[in-house]
Amino acid sequence: MNVSMTVNGRSVSADVEPRTLLVHFIRENLRLTGTHVGCETGYCGACTVHVDGKPVKSCTMFAVQAEGANVMTIEGLASNGELHPVQEGFWERHGLQCGYCTPGMIMSAAALLAENSNPSESEIRHGIEGNLCRCTGYHNIVRAVEYAGAKMRGEEPPAPDWEEAH
Amino acid sequence: MATTSVMGGAVRRREDPALIQGYGEYVDDVTAIGLLHVAFLRSPVARAKITRLDTSAAKGMPGVVAVYTHDDVAHLGPLVAQVPIGKLRPLLAAGEVNHVGEAVAMVVAEDRYQAQDAAEAIEIDYDVLPAVIDLKKAASDEVKIHDELDSNILHTWTYHGYWEALGLEDQTPQVEAAMERDDAVVVSLEMTNQRLIPVAIEPRSVMAEYNPGYGHFTVHSSTQVPHALGGAIATTFGMRTVDVRVIAPEVGGGFGSKLNVYNDEILVSFAAKELRRPVKWTETRREASGSTIHGRGWVGTATLVGTKDGQFLGYKLDALADMGAYTQNFTVAIPLLGLWIGSGQYKMPISWTVACVVTNTMTTDAYRGAGRPEAIYYLERIIDAYAREIGMDPLDVRMKNFWQPDEFPATMGCGFALDSGNYQAAVEKLKEEADYAGLLAMRDEARSQGRLVGVGVGSYVEVCGFGPAVLAEIGFSWANYGLPASFNGSGLVRVNPDATVTVVIGTGPTGQGHETTWAQIVGDGLGIPVEDIQVLHGDTREHPMGIGTFGSRSIAVDGAATFEATKKVKEKAAKIAAHLLEASADDIVFADGGAHVAGSPDKRVEWAAIAKSAYQAHTSPEDVDSGLEAHTAFSPGNATWPFGTHIAVVEVDPDTGNVKILSYFAVDDCGHVVNPMIVGGQIHGGIAQGIGQAMFEEAVYDESGNMLTGSLLDYLVPTASDLPSFDLHRTVTPSPVNPMGVKGIGEAGTIGSAHTIVNAVVDALSPLGVKHIDMPVRPKRVWQAMQEARA
Repeated sequence: MNVSMTVNGRSVSADVEPRTLLVHFIRENLRLTGTHVGCETGYCGACTVHVDGKPVKSCTMFAVQAEGANVMTIEGLASNGELHPVQEGFWERHGLQCGYCTPGMIMSAAALLAENSNPSESEIRHGIEGNLCRCTGYHNIVRAVEYAGAKMRGEEPPAPDWEEAH
Repeated sequence: MATTSVMGGAVRRREDPALIQGYGEYVDDVTAIGLLHVAFLRSPVARAKITRLDTSAAKGMPGVVAVYTHDDVAHLGPLVAQVPIGKLRPLLAAGEVNHVGEAVAMVVAEDRYQAQDAAEAIEIDYDVLPAVIDLKKAASDEVKIHDELDSNILHTWTYHGYWEALGLEDQTPQVEAAMERDDAVVVSLEMTNQRLIPVAIEPRSVMAEYNPGYGHFTVHSSTQVPHALGGAIATTFGMRTVDVRVIAPEVGGGFGSKLNVYNDEILVSFAAKELRRPVKWTETRREASGSTIHGRGWVGTATLVGTKDGQFLGYKLDALADMGAYTQNFTVAIPLLGLWIGSGQYKMPISWTVACVVTNTMTTDAYRGAGRPEAIYYLERIIDAYAREIGMDPLDVRMKNFWQPDEFPATMGCGFALDSGNYQAAVEKLKEEADYAGLLAMRDEARSQGRLVGVGVGSYVEVCGFGPAVLAEIGFSWANYGLPASFNGSGLVRVNPDATVTVVIGTGPTGQGHETTWAQIVGDGLGIPVEDIQVLHGDTREHPMGIGTFGSRSIAVDGAATFEATKKVKEKAAKIAAHLLEASADDIVFADGGAHVAGSPDKRVEWAAIAKSAYQAHTSPEDVDSGLEAHTAFSPGNATWPFGTHIAVVEVDPDTGNVKILSYFAVDDCGHVVNPMIVGGQIHGGIAQGIGQAMFEEAVYDESGNMLTGSLLDYLVPTASDLPSFDLHRTVTPSPVNPMGVKGIGEAGTIGSAHTIVNAVVDALSPLGVKHIDMPVRPKRVWQAMQEARA
């Protein structure tokens, strides 16, 4: 079957088997490998992308279901070489370790902040609970999202909570 | 903005820009022209003879290139293990299967869908035998699992018996005599430390290429131990290790699950060599749950004997540890790691017996903490029960029995010496930072309102920094993979002609930020900006020797090696600078990106000039070899022994049994800290995994051996909503066993947290008379405990 969509602002089109998952289309046809496969069953969230602005676990959707859609992957989040505030927050607040869940986590967090620019800690935690991280215990992911929220609101981000060890 | 200062600074990670933009390269992102894909046929039964195995239909399926069974790979032998006590895993099932998920046949096809379809077309009949899952039943030998072994018990570790050469004393008589004292309070509990699945979010993946012209393998694998894997492949195929290049690119979490060499890594390499085409296999989540190693899996009885006023007189542990069906890398040695910290932070005689038992389940091996969380859990839970029994504050009880700060190095009955410690200082700091008195008052106030609030404390000491050469004698080495037989640290530091630095290290990071931390170590040593220091790892071609990353060893062993190599490079640079400045090397000091003569800051030469001179014979001193690099293998005299104490405050819902963590405080001491941001991240993640065990996670086989927790729907990894923010603090007690005074931090949080949570939950339920609840303390189990206590 032929499928056409817009991915990170670029029109793409390919012939795929109907059973091709959106995540495999993104990774294998488009070679955008930042979207990761962690469980193939929709629980871990590593494959989260935006479809028409909404976060979607791309292993739970067939490529053909995204016909005509506007898809954004982690590779499309930064614009003109400038990191998205959520990406910046993850870097500044050590919101990642192994980095495998990170693209999906960032896409979910960006979607959360697009809906609620000033979430409480509890709202952040609920907002990203569909994305599993095994490395960070989520502590610094929450700090990263708080940082990003402040930046997006034009405020000074909260100071980091680690003590230097000189 | 994070600082760019060096040692002790929260330098932002250089790993991150690629990872946050989706450009990090993991094994499954790597491809090759003509790539073939693998699917395994795995056993659906826990124990059976294979009575028929017919692959002819599968071989005729579209896209299938080859189907392999045991007969095709029998000549390669079983999977090499480092501590080969027990039955080694056959690469593919050898006429019988011994656990659900065991690999029976391997299909290689043009794409993964075809491979999977063909695996399902293999015809196989099983003559099912009784499976042995329950540990006590297995230990009884009522049904013996492997015909060639005398017993299901592979080995029994005792405190005095593991290391005969040391002539260690059996302290059991002392402990038993203490129990007979008139003033003895004896507290005993049988407890389970349940089996866990590591759940790295990146599934394991391996891609092998073999070039017959060069006689050379290139293997990409998501491994924590690239050199060990290279050695294992070379050993299996009768090759030189230099002809096997293993690349571990970004690795998406490991936690010990990627510290094994696996049969699939050998099999994929085999297929690539046979078929002369690149071959890849990436595990599914179900395979990750049932065919990648598990951790923990102990049942045991802990007994503490002490006086009525809180003086410990002795500790006894009798436990069974589940090894699974086959022995892999360190399997049987894992409880030994627990034994070394069996007495925790306390000075007392102990009697410690853990029997290693075979069952019809997946192999167990090192999962974050590996033997140490189990050992500390039993000890710290029974200390808590004892404190409750004698009505003493649990922190006061601990303080009364800690080794004193002036007793270090403190030699324990297991023969090892705790390198350094000030356990009291950590507790004092924690009491102050957490406002312990305030927490207890809050708890009591809540109780008076009928709420079930609990304050739990838990201490730990761990053993890490595996490197001491003496450990090689008892199997802690890669000798069976054909590599040098001790876990030395390895660091290679080279100042390049353009005054940038290349550092090559023998670690296998899975998110620990080694590139950043090592750049800080070398940058601090040389006075060269961290931005100009490139750190390489995970490619066996670049580094002569590497042990990998596990057991919180990297900083204390490979970090120390790199620190020493940096010093050597600097000494050589001083000679070159002295030559250029016509001064004595003894008078050269390094500052501000260059070197100058002491007392004469204007007699100065930049690193750029030193580096350039080093590579030009006519500008370097006659008695100095050209080049500017050094390698150090570092062998510490002892392991390192980090420690800490944690506090959790929880509330139990009296109607549902749901446990909510209200707050969590920790003081951890890992010696000197290179990057506090990274150290804190390690502690956060460690605590989260300990809480995962305490509250959510459990790998379950039913009595027939079916895996009931094969998906992330059934196996509950904590989500962001399940956890609180963590309030971390530290004390710094440098280790004397390495030149940086560092200890290691990867596992500390996990070793310190599970018992802290359970102690808090039991404290919350203590007004009802509940004395113990086994992990995971999920609502149903807590609710049942409340009902039983009320009945």
